[in-house]
Amino acid sequence: MAEEGYAAPQTVEAAVSLLGAANGDARVMAGGTDILVQLHADLIDPDLIVDIKNIPELCTITEEADGFRVGAAVSGMALMDHAGFNAAWPGVMEGVALIGSIQVKGRASIGGNLCNASPAADSVPPLIAAGAVANIAGPGGLRVVPVEDIITGPGATSLDQGEIIVSFTFPQSPAHSGDCYLRLTPRTEMDIAVVGAGVNLTMDDNGVCVAARVVLGAVAPTPLLASDAADALIGTQVDDAALAEMATATSAACDPISDKRGTKQYRIKTAAVIARRAAERALERARAN
Amino acid sequence: MPAILENSGYSPDRKLKVVGTNPVKHDGPDKVTGRAKFGADLIVPGMLFGKILRSPHPHAVVKSIDTSKAEALPGVKAVCTAVDFPEIPQGSGFGDMTRNIMAREKVYYDGHPVAAVAATSESIAKKALKLITVEYEILPHVIDPIEAMQPDAPILHDYLRTKNDDAEDKPTNIVERLAVSMGDIEKGFAEADVIVEREFDSQPMHQGYIEPQGCVASCSEDGQIDLYCTTQGTHVFRDRLSAILKTDSSKIRVSQSEMGGGFGGKTSFYGEPVAIVLSRKARRPVKIVLTRNEVFRCTGPVSGSRSRIKMGSTKDGKIVAAESQLVFQSGAFPGSSHINAAQAMFTRYALENIEVVSREVVSNRPKVNAFRAPCVPQVVFGVEGLVSEMAAKIGMDPLDFRLKNAAAEGYTTCYGVTFGPIGFVETLEAAKACDHYNSPVPEGQGRGVSAGFWFNRGGDTTGSLTIAPDGSVTILLGTSDVAGSRVSISMMAAEELGVPLDKVRAVFADTSSIGNNRVTAGSRTTFSVGMVIVDSARQAIAEMTRRAAEIWDVPVEGVTFEDGEFRPAGANVGDFDPLTIADIATRTSVSHGAIAGHTEMNVTGEGPGFGLHIVDVEVDKETGRVDVKRYTVVEDAGKAIHPLQVEGQYQGGAVQGIGWALNEEYVYGEDGRLQNPSFLDYRMPVSSDVPMIDTVIVEVPNPNHPFGLRGVGEVPVVPTLAAVGNAIGDAIGIRPQSLPMSPPKLLALIDEANG
Amino acid sequence: MASKTHVTTTVNGDEHQYLCEPTQTLVDVLRNELELTGTKEGCSTGDCGACSVMVDGVLVCSCLTLAVETDGKSVETIEGMAGGGELTPLQRNFLELNGLQCGICTPGILIAAKALLDRNPDPTESEIRFWLAGNLCRCTGYDKIIRSVLAAAEEMRGN
Repeated sequence: MAEEGYAAPQTVEAAVSLLGAANGDARVMAGGTDILVQLHADLIDPDLIVDIKNIPELCTITEEADGFRVGAAVSGMALMDHAGFNAAWPGVMEGVALIGSIQVKGRASIGGNLCNASPAADSVPPLIAAGAVANIAGPGGLRVVPVEDIITGPGATSLDQGEIIVSFTFPQSPAHSGDCYLRLTPRTEMDIAVVGAGVNLTMDDNGVCVAARVVLGAVAPTPLLASDAADALIGTQVDDAALAEMATATSAACDPISDKRGTKQYRIKTAAVIARRAAERALERARAN
Repeated sequence: MPAILENSGYSPDRKLKVVGTNPVKHDGPDKVTGRAKFGADLIVPGMLFGKILRSPHPHAVVKSIDTSKAEALPGVKAVCTAVDFPEIPQGSGFGDMTRNIMAREKVYYDGHPVAAVAATSESIAKKALKLITVEYEILPHVIDPIEAMQPDAPILHDYLRTKNDDAEDKPTNIVERLAVSMGDIEKGFAEADVIVEREFDSQPMHQGYIEPQGCVASCSEDGQIDLYCTTQGTHVFRDRLSAILKTDSSKIRVSQSEMGGGFGGKTSFYGEPVAIVLSRKARRPVKIVLTRNEVFRCTGPVSGSRSRIKMGSTKDGKIVAAESQLVFQSGAFPGSSHINAAQAMFTRYALENIEVVSREVVSNRPKVNAFRAPCVPQVVFGVEGLVSEMAAKIGMDPLDFRLKNAAAEGYTTCYGVTFGPIGFVETLEAAKACDHYNSPVPEGQGRGVSAGFWFNRGGDTTGSLTIAPDGSVTILLGTSDVAGSRVSISMMAAEELGVPLDKVRAVFADTSSIGNNRVTAGSRTTFSVGMVIVDSARQAIAEMTRRAAEIWDVPVEGVTFEDGEFRPAGANVGDFDPLTIADIATRTSVSHGAIAGHTEMNVTGEGPGFGLHIVDVEVDKETGRVDVKRYTVVEDAGKAIHPLQVEGQYQGGAVQGIGWALNEEYVYGEDGRLQNPSFLDYRMPVSSDVPMIDTVIVEVPNPNHPFGLRGVGEVPVVPTLAAVGNAIGDAIGIRPQSLPMSPPKLLALIDEANG
Repeated sequence: MASKTHVTTTVNGDEHQYLCEPTQTLVDVLRNELELTGTKEGCSTGDCGACSVMVDGVLVCSCLTLAVETDGKSVETIEGMAGGGELTPLQRNFLELNGLQCGICTPGILIAAKALLDRNPDPTESEIRFWLAGNLCRCTGYDKIIRSVLAAAEEMRGN
């Protein structure tokens, strides 16, 4: 650990410049609920921790003309307390609500959940399903990247050295839209998804699905945007036949591993079940909107 | 023989004022304000922090250890390896014990300690560990106990030969073969109309206490050892430390902290001897607190098991024979309690023909430790599955079938004990009468029942009771308090002395301040210490009776003790105002010495415990996930001294069992390393996983105890695995035979049931 | 090694100044620097909740919080719950209903339960169970913990 050790800049510019100037391993910390575990398990040994929670822009939620803008370091609990966002994106909030305990959510953020780059991260599939984009600041200025392009593999992201995610922008949902995130775990809480599925649907006035995104967690090295599964719904009334086809496409899209949390075969099989249930719930919400 | 063992004085007509009520426990206020001191909470001047280096290999020869760089790191005050411990030959109990504490010739499991460091801060100690170089010669390893029994399996201990077996004289991983039998098994099966036979397996589970082991050791220049730690038995720790450190017990003082859960897992030490050796070398106090990762990899767990069980019943519902072959894994060193399984697995039914053969096997996993009713729940998982299966086959209600076969007073068990008054029949009848059993099984759910038994225990126990000059009472305990025994024991003393509970306090004595006590385990403490303290109270009453007689100048026979007062035994004795305990203490403590009672004895007369669990579950047929919807524990407590605490034992045992039944297991990789040494991936039940646990306390008194009590700590976990298994079987159509009954396994069974 | 940082944190209303390493956790500082050992450390990974404290009114695991982050902030621990006076209704109900056995999880559970009742004075059983899912207890089976919180909530609502 270098002399500076810990820094808590007040602006995005200061954070970017600290990260750019750092010698050795500099880590961005939002809630710290992943990196402090890794630090104390000796999995990482950073020279500098840059705490981004003192930057106002990273900690605010704003409703703008084109949708919600959520600071990357906004804690899960702060998001859960935001009535407007909860009403707009219940599926995203289902993912957020599953990030650890209330205590963990007191600190953990969707930016951190994304940048930790676990294939099983609960808030990432619904974020991708929602069509959220990440607003990234770095030495080269600002860029906007769809969330599905951030995670490149377990623990790896497409962020360049010195870049941080400042916020996420969520689009305005058209009428008759609904989203949902469900996961499968042996326990009700405090678990890591064996499989997860985020679904976002838009129906037209005639009850036909005009847009769908299906995103699977924990069944591939990265959260998986399953376009074949979504295509199975688009143009249908999301009836049983369409849902069955979506389930089949979901299983076909899975490329999981067997590990302590579940076998490959079990994941492939249950991903279809969880995706179908998420789609059914999203459909109910879409019809109600 | 202490008088109380001859005559407990139990009377069903005794009017009780304190026993049977629910006062706030005396250790409670400190525990809700953060003042209670647990193992990791002691801070002493000059204290160093100890850290242990652990093997990453499941099986390897330790070729060399170079600690020179660690020793040179500023802030490091001592480094130790096995050479700093006395040499004790391999193959003896203490030889194994010292090698489990610190590896000597070989490492036997992932996480086996190889060296340790004491430094001025935890971060320096951690850095120093990284500077120690260990040269290993990696050996083939074996994790699974059945694989470990095969002739070509890697051998852990070259010296090991199977006890009680005629096998040839060559190294083996099979530690022991033991057999328990009664009657004529072949004749029994010949009488059976229905025979069921299945194989079952269980995985090790961890005791899962929330407080990691923590201690502070301090050794003086003249060889005195002071150890403060979280433990289920200070005297057992002292005596074992004496053996492995080759130090007189009298030079070792072990004091207990509050214990943050043990469940059997704190009956053995781990980092404590290491802290002592480091303190000796550093000449300063050393604190060692294990991390959760260390707790999972290196302490506990309970034995996993394999069992083949065969039972037979007549068509009118009499179980005529029961047979089983068992295998228990004990981890890297011998020491499972598989005798318990052999003796208890069928006990609760009045069987005449039993044959059990059990084998214990070592493999490259941490040495197992005790857990509530050690080795019993995992085989009862199979037995009670078969019992319900037989009942279904002959078309009997599962509780009626159990009632028909229930053991009662006078039954002689397969291990030779003849039961006195026991409450199994009453427990089954209470279960039949309870609301849960009489409510229909909700649509889409399954219901299971299971019975359970535990011997309960007594054993070496010492306690003291002193009455201060103001009449208030102090009790000195040498046992641990796992969940409230201090207040229960104080309640019994208050009842016996006829004083308000508020006048009584029980405190812990260290090993130098009180005589021997067995570990707090096997549901023995409230029973045994209760016996000892009531006996001590009676000694004090006898002394005060003599003093009352002297005050009144009447013969001792002229004084009786009732309702906390000494009174003339009759009108002819004289007209004296009653004397309270405080009156006598105030008047005579200075002139005649303190009033006290003190008892040490090997307590006997424990009454066996029986329970019956009812559970409703819902199984998600598409994922195999189980939701426990309703749970009822019915159990005989003999007499509930503090009913809320008894309920707490029932509820806690049931939820531990639910965890073991559904999700808890040790997952090893191909490399022999534990894959899930964290609460996150070990998956103990959280509060949202379980419903309220309803309880029915049955009270069939144990007349050997002055208030009739039986131990209640072990039985609540015994039936749980089987009850949940039977409920799942009812819900999905196939009764699982493999623990844990995790979603992937259940989904496979559901698919099988659906063809 | 990094030099230590000077930090000022208000704990249970008292201002504490201390030096800590940049990677030292809040639970480590509370227990080992400030000797407030009422906050327990059961796992160091945020999975057991024994180290629960409030930081500026937010319920967190102090094992997943750096001490340096609390510079200028206010921390509440179990030692401050009764504020040096009478036990709170939560503490009292845990005692009276036997909501604790060994007591190691109790400080964290009391802190978490208080945070719940501050937000929601009338929680359902299910809401309590899900709120406390991050606080492991191995002794009680949770039944009497949940009942203690329900009873405290009712008492605090003045029923």
